[in-house]
Amino acid sequence: MNQPQDGSSATPLLDRADVRVKHATGIGGAFEAFITRVKSGDLGFLPVIIGLLIICTVFQILNPVFLSSGNLTNLLFDSSTIGVISLGIVCVLMVAQIDLSVGSVSGFASALVGTLWVNQGWPVPLAIAAALIIGALIGAAYAFLFNWLGMPSFVSTLSGLLAFLGLQLYILRSTGSINLPFGSPLVSFGQLLTVPDWLAYALVALAAAGVFATNYRTEQRRKAAGLSTQPMVAIATKALAIFISLEFVVFYLNKTRGVPWIFGLFVALVVAMNYALKQTQWGRSLTAVGGNPEAARRSGINVRRVYMSAFMICSTLAALGGVLAAARLASASQQAGTGDVNLNAIAAAVIGGTSLFGGRGSAYSALLGIIVIQAISSGLTLLDLSSSLRYMITGAVLAIAVIVDSLSRRSRMSSGRA
Amino acid sequence: MSDFPENAVPRGEPVLSLRGISKHFGAVSALTDIEFDVHAGEVVALVGDNGAGKSTLVKILAGVHQPSAGEILFAGKPVKLVDPSTAIDLGIATVFQDLALCENLDVVANIFLGREKRPWRLDEVSMEIRAWTLLNELSARIPSVREPIASLSGGQRQTVAIARSLLLDPKLIMLDEPTAALGVAQTAEVLDLIERVRARGLGVLMISHNMEDVRAVADRIVVLRLGRNNGILAPDASNEELVSAITGASENSVTRRAGRRAQLEHSNEARA
Repeated sequence: MNQPQDGSSATPLLDRADVRVKHATGIGGAFEAFITRVKSGDLGFLPVIIGLLIICTVFQILNPVFLSSGNLTNLLFDSSTIGVISLGIVCVLMVAQIDLSVGSVSGFASALVGTLWVNQGWPVPLAIAAALIIGALIGAAYAFLFNWLGMPSFVSTLSGLLAFLGLQLYILRSTGSINLPFGSPLVSFGQLLTVPDWLAYALVALAAAGVFATNYRTEQRRKAAGLSTQPMVAIATKALAIFISLEFVVFYLNKTRGVPWIFGLFVALVVAMNYALKQTQWGRSLTAVGGNPEAARRSGINVRRVYMSAFMICSTLAALGGVLAAARLASASQQAGTGDVNLNAIAAAVIGGTSLFGGRGSAYSALLGIIVIQAISSGLTLLDLSSSLRYMITGAVLAIAVIVDSLSRRSRMSSGRA
Repeated sequence: MSDFPENAVPRGEPVLSLRGISKHFGAVSALTDIEFDVHAGEVVALVGDNGAGKSTLVKILAGVHQPSAGEILFAGKPVKLVDPSTAIDLGIATVFQDLALCENLDVVANIFLGREKRPWRLDEVSMEIRAWTLLNELSARIPSVREPIASLSGGQRQTVAIARSLLLDPKLIMLDEPTAALGVAQTAEVLDLIERVRARGLGVLMISHNMEDVRAVADRIVVLRLGRNNGILAPDASNEELVSAITGASENSVTRRAGRRAQLEHSNEARA
């Protein structure tokens, strides 16, 4: 039937047949497209990366120890626990919900592991599994309250915050805290173990090769199908940039202790979550429910199940974060998970660029956001400043992140990209 | 569209036949003894005033409601549309008035929402190819299928919604007020689109308030009034015929209004 009018001799590509649409080509075109995207409010990771550069510059000027290899390794050790919790927050924010109880759930999980392992003599893997299963059940309870009783997650998780804090205090009522044995694998994992130098280099090389291979295969398939393709140079450049920058980071960290295994676990979870969000039907459903739940329902998506999965993943990761925190501190105490853990986890996701309005976010926002927060914390500790100032500065950074989110959302709406 | 002159469209077998469909909500009869056919390659317009039962009928055909009495024949066989997925599986696609698109997802993701290829490793390339094929068949004006829906105009969104309904190769497509929210040019685009869908040999059932649009594309006009068939008209029926079929009287507010205007013009002429 209606063939597109084809003036040129070559058959136009399937997605380039419409002559009225301007398409960016080449490196200059790609740069132009990037500028247009940023102008229309699609900022991506730009704000958080700029923020991180500013923070690093300021602290490095104030105290040259800040960017030292040893301090950065320490920073990565500290980032991993709350980072894992923040990764779960990304999931609930994607469906435009919130979980305010992640701090309490993490503290409760660490108390559980401490009690079951040290006091009751359970094997460590079993104790950890129990904590994770309880975490999943807590998420299922929130989802039940939300799906069938229509209870806003803000309220249900707020009551969860109090209830699980109470449970944590109750479990630890006799001793106040349980010390985990030094030298045990779990504590070593949280405090000492780093990836061997050669393995870290190899893993980075493998990751870069993987990025290149998947992109290359996709472009080959697009070419075969008559769709527009990226130039080979662009794919190679991207993979090479990842390779060089990450190998440099690994090299720099390897000058002292190296890359912590606990951070390796965190990054692996981030990569897996990114894959799940971007490449699976589940991730697509999550994004759809966050954008327009009614449209998702009419498309045949089981919306309740999507909410259920988001809440369950969030509190399971919160419990895992609690276990890692216990390993990091070698103790399960009544203070675990209290204070700023909750808000840092939520702030990290938002600072990293996951929208509070739902339907827009990335697993990498948890990684970048928690590094920003830990960088502020580490920098201020190095300057020997009190925690009062740390709270104020983290609060200001969070406010800026939310303002950026709101403004870019408004800008997206006015240029039709909301 | 000059490409598809009305008389060149082959009138196929009846895709959908309604026989004595009634629907009661408690004591209220929303529909009584509705009978009409939709053939392959035919656009049937369903018109009627507010409360005439159009929406109820659409919901019955979409599988949302079940009829209280009567029989639905689909491709000659009696069927029971017990839920929306049964209707979709049979080949009845519905484009609801509010379109139900996710504005934060791109065009491909919206077209395939809930029916993605390879759930554990989305096959973006073949989904994009299929999306372009569908959109090109509709001669759609979509700049890029990788832009979020939010960046599209109302007409383009309607196009995406129609393309999505065509994804599963339906035999009948129902459009609820497809032009209600659109401007002049976009309305024309959607009407073109409806004619292209008809040219593919699908049956089209279009619900509309807009008599001009109805007359522009419909092969037959089914009038509902107070839940009953109130005549099946040809698209060249006069405005008076249509209005009186919809309102049920030749003496109604529309004719009175027309009368007043004629009088006014008459007196103006007399004054001049």
